[in-house]
Amino acid sequence: MVVTKVDNALRLSAVDRKATSLGLAIGQPLANARAMLPALKVMAANEPDDLKLLARIADWCDRFTPYVALDGPRGLLLDVTGAAHLFGGEQALLNRICEGLRAQGFAVRGAMAGTAITACAFARYRDGAVIAPGEEAEMIAPLPIAALNLDPITTHAFRRAGLKTVGQVASRKRAEMTARFGAAMVATLDQALGHGTQPLSPRLPLPDYWKEQGFAEPIATEEVIRATLKSLAAALSKVLEQRGEGARRLEAVFFRADGAVRRIAIEMGVPTREAAVIERLFREKLDTLADPLDPSFGFDLIRLSASRVERAACEAADFDASNNEKADISFLVDRLATRFGSQRILAFQPNDTHIPEAAWAAVPAQYVQPSKLPWKKIRNSGDAPRRPLRLFTRPEPVTLLATMSGSQHLRWRKAQHGVAHCEGPERIAMEWWRHQTPQLARDYFRLEDGEGRRYWLYRTGVVPQWFLHGVFA
Amino acid sequence: MRTEKIAALRASLTRPKLEEISPRVPLGHPGADFYLKSGLQRGVLHEVFASNGHEAAATGFTAGLAARMASRKHLLWIRQDFSALEFGELSATGFLEFGIDPGRMLLLCVGDAADALRAANDALSCAALGAVVIEIPGKPKILDLMASRRLTLACAQKTVTAFLLRFGAQPDASTAETRWLVRAVASPPLEENWGYPVFEAGLVRNRHGRTGQWVMEWSCDDGLFKETDRGAVVSAPCDRPAATAREAAAI
Repeated sequence: MVVTKVDNALRLSAVDRKATSLGLAIGQPLANARAMLPALKVMAANEPDDLKLLARIADWCDRFTPYVALDGPRGLLLDVTGAAHLFGGEQALLNRICEGLRAQGFAVRGAMAGTAITACAFARYRDGAVIAPGEEAEMIAPLPIAALNLDPITTHAFRRAGLKTVGQVASRKRAEMTARFGAAMVATLDQALGHGTQPLSPRLPLPDYWKEQGFAEPIATEEVIRATLKSLAAALSKVLEQRGEGARRLEAVFFRADGAVRRIAIEMGVPTREAAVIERLFREKLDTLADPLDPSFGFDLIRLSASRVERAACEAADFDASNNEKADISFLVDRLATRFGSQRILAFQPNDTHIPEAAWAAVPAQYVQPSKLPWKKIRNSGDAPRRPLRLFTRPEPVTLLATMSGSQHLRWRKAQHGVAHCEGPERIAMEWWRHQTPQLARDYFRLEDGEGRRYWLYRTGVVPQWFLHGVFA
Repeated sequence: MRTEKIAALRASLTRPKLEEISPRVPLGHPGADFYLKSGLQRGVLHEVFASNGHEAAATGFTAGLAARMASRKHLLWIRQDFSALEFGELSATGFLEFGIDPGRMLLLCVGDAADALRAANDALSCAALGAVVIEIPGKPKILDLMASRRLTLACAQKTVTAFLLRFGAQPDASTAETRWLVRAVASPPLEENWGYPVFEAGLVRNRHGRTGQWVMEWSCDDGLFKETDRGAVVSAPCDRPAATAREAAAI
């Protein structure tokens, strides 16, 4: 017996079979239930953990079809269109799912029908039923109206009107019901009768293509896993090639024999379908996983799925070396991104601003698009660089000291450097059209110390303050 | 007619290739090129050590060398997170002003030296790259003779040139083809013109030739190292790397 707090009152949220037979029901206040059965064993509901468990069950169900949707707090909807024949027919598939879950210690009720609502109704009232297409209206007629899972007020209204079964409701005129309960209720009824359907929203994005390999005996060794991935990659690449497409994202799903599911994804900068590339990237990824693949009981199913599929023309190795070069670079970028993360391998792009630290951006090289802006030099030809090679992300406060003899000293990071040359200022005003509060302009100076090191400093503020922004080569 | 056409096509295909694979790339500085036997070798490992406090100069010198090597190909720069904090982040506009196209640069940020070396070994097998710069601050234990041999082997396979840029470290046994010790050179006093960057580059190790020391100016417009008279004016203080260079050569 599990209770939860609804409207400031403890109500039953889940009951076991024995409690049901003794007359308890979900939604009943705990006080009432205690009055009926003083010896109740009660637990507090833990919804987040329940959802987590449901998600893991959904993961397990993924092996039958990738189209798994959550239904309320304790139901799963599986779209098995086109998948049933792989498991020996609809009845066999349903039995297999229910038995698999029962073997793991869950109490399950399941049914299969043409629409989600019908299937839900039968799962609640006729466990194990498989409704053939076209028989919905006839089969659902004797079920109580509560099977439609309408809102409680509507259900109650039907009951008060003396309509107890779905069949009785269905025999009423549609116009009457629409006027009384709204179009949504009628649509639900129609779906329950097998007319029209409502799409499910899958829990995970559906892959565009996938290939999988099941094993009679769970596999656990690394070589077999690698070989399997390789053969799956080859099979998948054949499909992609036939369609003239390439995938930007690939996911390997490992179904462990004890029900745990591990998903490992790789992303590519350009649509890819070469089996060798896919296999190499997965090898790289598996080598660098922070928590490695744990095949303790062995995997009984491995699936490789491709998503974010894009058109990729079929092309032979190009005679133009620069095209091959581009492909080589993008493969290298993918490899490094797989190993270190896509935020780690960067390419430079110009920005349209004169603020020194914002004039360029380092963006992930995997997703970089050719920029429309050109790179514009600030210096005139023949001049020395006007921007430093190394820029401090945070300008460092420095002090400039003048000595009695008239020479100047730069004090930076607890060290003094004599100033031999100074060039400036170059005034850089902040962009007033970007900021609400006015920002202070900066006066930039180039400084050289006695050893030839060149610094880039700026002065800002009403009471001038000096910052070191970068160092020149 | 037809054979001529085919011959012309064949020539157009092979000519740039021959240029690319020329094994040595001249720096532009006559003295250094003479000692290097007409240029810096491709497809090997070179080391650049920064004199203490001259990290930016060493960055510039390495950028110049790598740009000469990469010519029109991509340049991969591997830097550690610590390096960006301590010595400054590599700036795209800085490279542009220095005469290197930032559009042809890739920057890889890694956590430690082990990752940097692993990434470099992987990247060196990519023939589409021109050069790989591995920036290593300090003296990580992992960077030993074995690591440098591995890098050398990795470059040799695909003729990508590797540059190991070391900050705050002393030269150690390695398989590098050349080793440079770099510092900035002070401009002459009363010099009005703010000139190109000038480096004092000591070639402290050269596996196939003599060692030497030159003052070079990097011409940002031509992408070449040039001779300059700037270093000559400066008196040589006693702490100059001439002594250090000899010591380093002895290792």
